[in-house]
Amino acid sequence: MLTTRSVSGSSQSPRSPSSQPYLSVSVTDPVKLGNGVQAYISYRVITKTNFTEYQGPEKIVIRRYSDFVWLRDRLFEKYKGVFIPPLPEKSAVEKFRFSAEFIEMRRQALDVFVNRIASHHELQQSEDLRTFLQADEETMERLRFHETGIFKKKPADLMQIFKDVQSKVSDVVLGKEKPVEESNPEYEKLKHYIFELENHLAEAQKHAYRLVKRHRELGQSLSDFGKAAKLLGACEGNALGKAFTELGAKSEALSIRLQKEAHQLLMNFEEPLKDYVRAVQSIKATIAERANAFRQQCELAETIKLKEINLEKLMLTRSDRVGEAEHEYKELKAEGEEASRRFETMVRLMNEEIVRFQEQKTIDMGIAFHEFAKGQARLANSIADAWRSLLPKLETCSSA
Amino acid sequence: MMKQENHGDEGANLHASQDDMESLVLDEPPPSSNGQSSPSASTSVERHSSTATTSSTSQNFNSILEPPSYADAIFTSFDSSSSNGQENPKQPSYQSDPPTRSEFLKIWVSDPEKELELTNSLVPGGTSYYTYLITTRTNMPEYGGPGSEFTVRRRFKDVVTLSDRLSESYRGFVIPIRPDKSVVESQVMQIEQFVEQRRAALSKYLNKLAVHPTLKKSEELRLFLVVRGKLPLAKSVDMASRMLDGAVRLPRQLTGEAAAVTDVNEAAQPAKGGRDLLRIFRELRQSVVNDWGGVKPIVVEEDKEFMERKEKVAEFEQQLSNLSQQAESLVKAQQDIGETMGELGLAFVKLTKLETEGAMFESQTIRATDMKNVATAAVKASRLYRELNAQTVKHLDKLHEYLGVILAVNSAFSDRSSALLTVQTLSSELVSLQSRIEKLEATASKIFGGDRSRMRKIEELKETLKVSEDAKSCAVREYERIKENNRSELERVDRERHEDFMGMLKGFVLNQAGYAEKMANAWEKLAEETSAYKRDGN
Repeated sequence: MLTTRSVSGSSQSPRSPSSQPYLSVSVTDPVKLGNGVQAYISYRVITKTNFTEYQGPEKIVIRRYSDFVWLRDRLFEKYKGVFIPPLPEKSAVEKFRFSAEFIEMRRQALDVFVNRIASHHELQQSEDLRTFLQADEETMERLRFHETGIFKKKPADLMQIFKDVQSKVSDVVLGKEKPVEESNPEYEKLKHYIFELENHLAEAQKHAYRLVKRHRELGQSLSDFGKAAKLLGACEGNALGKAFTELGAKSEALSIRLQKEAHQLLMNFEEPLKDYVRAVQSIKATIAERANAFRQQCELAETIKLKEINLEKLMLTRSDRVGEAEHEYKELKAEGEEASRRFETMVRLMNEEIVRFQEQKTIDMGIAFHEFAKGQARLANSIADAWRSLLPKLETCSSA
Repeated sequence: MMKQENHGDEGANLHASQDDMESLVLDEPPPSSNGQSSPSASTSVERHSSTATTSSTSQNFNSILEPPSYADAIFTSFDSSSSNGQENPKQPSYQSDPPTRSEFLKIWVSDPEKELELTNSLVPGGTSYYTYLITTRTNMPEYGGPGSEFTVRRRFKDVVTLSDRLSESYRGFVIPIRPDKSVVESQVMQIEQFVEQRRAALSKYLNKLAVHPTLKKSEELRLFLVVRGKLPLAKSVDMASRMLDGAVRLPRQLTGEAAAVTDVNEAAQPAKGGRDLLRIFRELRQSVVNDWGGVKPIVVEEDKEFMERKEKVAEFEQQLSNLSQQAESLVKAQQDIGETMGELGLAFVKLTKLETEGAMFESQTIRATDMKNVATAAVKASRLYRELNAQTVKHLDKLHEYLGVILAVNSAFSDRSSALLTVQTLSSELVSLQSRIEKLEATASKIFGGDRSRMRKIEELKETLKVSEDAKSCAVREYERIKENNRSELERVDRERHEDFMGMLKGFVLNQAGYAEKMANAWEKLAEETSAYKRDGN
């Protein structure tokens, strides 16, 4: 488990004073379904809870990766300002997709994903989460299909894109080249930090991944070296030959240790780093959302001002369009207030999230570092022990 | 065999110059200096060196990482037999001489200089070549006793001559193989690099000769090391003649070396028989020359034990070659893991810096400390891998060295084979001479009155026969001598091989163990530093 499963209290009062509210999920049992290009992995998602909104204390459903994607997208839409836990990547290379290691890594990451949602005091109340954890497979499929259908983007998104283009055009026309941005030095610092962090983390993760490979390569070459030493030993025959044979055997044994450690390194060090990178990328997405929200707010403010001016003009001319204009103006004002409120919520949430994020990451990485250190120490010690145990044998060989 | 190490000669596989680690070990000298120019550190992990920013970044890194303790920085080898190399003959250090050997002969090769080839042609712009300063220190009586010291300048061609002459004079011996004439490595090299590589190879070669119990006393080597100016060794005779060397004791007239003329009487008579003998040798030479390109002349080897020996050597060579290759891969893998560990460490240094500068939360400061500790451990491990690898190379290089010894052994074997060929060829010549004499004698008795020219012919043949018989017994003696050389040399080589390989194995194992323990310490420290994050039940 990568994160500590902190069970944060829900906003609802517990059913009985003795039992704390809990929501715990596990993603297990990856099974390959389907054939050929259509093949995919399905997972068993087991929910245990005493939340009242849920259908019962335990529920088991079958889900696939795209269902998780659906959940993530919905949460991202609904909970702007919250750092949505990251998902493992959509797989890259075809042949890798069904390797045991990849499947296990993904399962683990998905498990962590859902549990992070389940322990987040805002997100755990999400209706979409409930749907995800409880709906039957057909319903889920329908929802998923609807979401990731022909239009990758929802109509609302398309409108937004058009609006963006429009506003950009008008900006250029009006001579406003720069996009509107918050002038908040603290926030600027944070943004800069996040972008830098992603770069550095990606680099660290890259080297961590390479380190895993290097362990495997060293293991392989020790194995080959051992075999060759044994062959030479057999050829020599005498005491010296025995020494070579012993050396060869030790090399081969150590090769196995190295392969084991490589796997540990991958799961307990490289994956957490990867997870960290994904988390930062998720934050970047939230930053983008905030920029959008801010821009929307500004644009609305502009529009409202224009409408106000227009309204005043109409009132002065005692136009019969005043009523209509007034109505529109009121509507816009409400919208503007709504947008402001949304934006402020976002800012507040983000501020809370960043604190939690930093704390959580210190813990997550601390654990990863500890495992890394332990693993490397374990490996080094077994290497030292193995070679040391060989020395007395070599002594007897040389004195023979 | 004494280990004569020129430090860093075998460091071909290690990137010593482009090394981020050096910049982090600022105040300490790089542990295993290999005599190359001071390392220019590269900043980015992708090994693009931008020296402009080197100093500032290394300052930053050093402010984050604590410099390693002096004890860490000093190079410590775990096996007692490795030395730190002696580059400078001006500071003789006799500590590495094993106390058991009373005689020593040590040679240094240094100061390569370019010289122009002196040609007689009027065409300007001649070719150039390099010469090397050869310094010898010895206490051997053949060289003048204790405290003897010599310096000469030699070029590579001189070394080739020395090697060829040794091969001729010491047939059947396992003679160290001289360095190659051409560049072996597939990489394109700068002249400097080539000259340095050659210098190192020459040093190794000459010192191998210097510890060979027989060759170290050879006149050829002494002349090479002592006589200034032109090397007083004749260039070799051609290959075919070398093969016929078994019969070298024959009067010089017969082999065609013109100058020496002795008694007129003596010169007259053997000349007749001699003409035929000369013809024999010329034909023999010719047959060898003809066959050299294709199949070797067939030697009928009667010695079963010898055949088995040869086969065993061939099998050993194959396995050794295989192991040597795997050793190379192992070294590469060790180098790679060390490098990646270092790069990982550097990445964490950058992260530490980021989390430290303008930290907004305490959790960041804590994380920065954790990351710094990780970086420190990783960088340390990286350095240890590098040191380990330098040692590993030195040890496992013995495997490669012995492949060269096997070449020398095979050469000794072929000395024996060619001596045997000489014997067999002469034997069959004798047989055919006999039968010709018999035939002539048979026909001569049938012709009435006798044929004076025929009688003369028979006389000639009988002379040739006598000379041939002498030649054959010479050849047989030579063959036996070479066989004995083979035997005693193989014994010596076997003994030395056993010793060398045991030493190699022990050294290899000791180093692996020692460095693994050091690494374990570094990681255990990090585990201790992060023990607060221990998960329950761990």
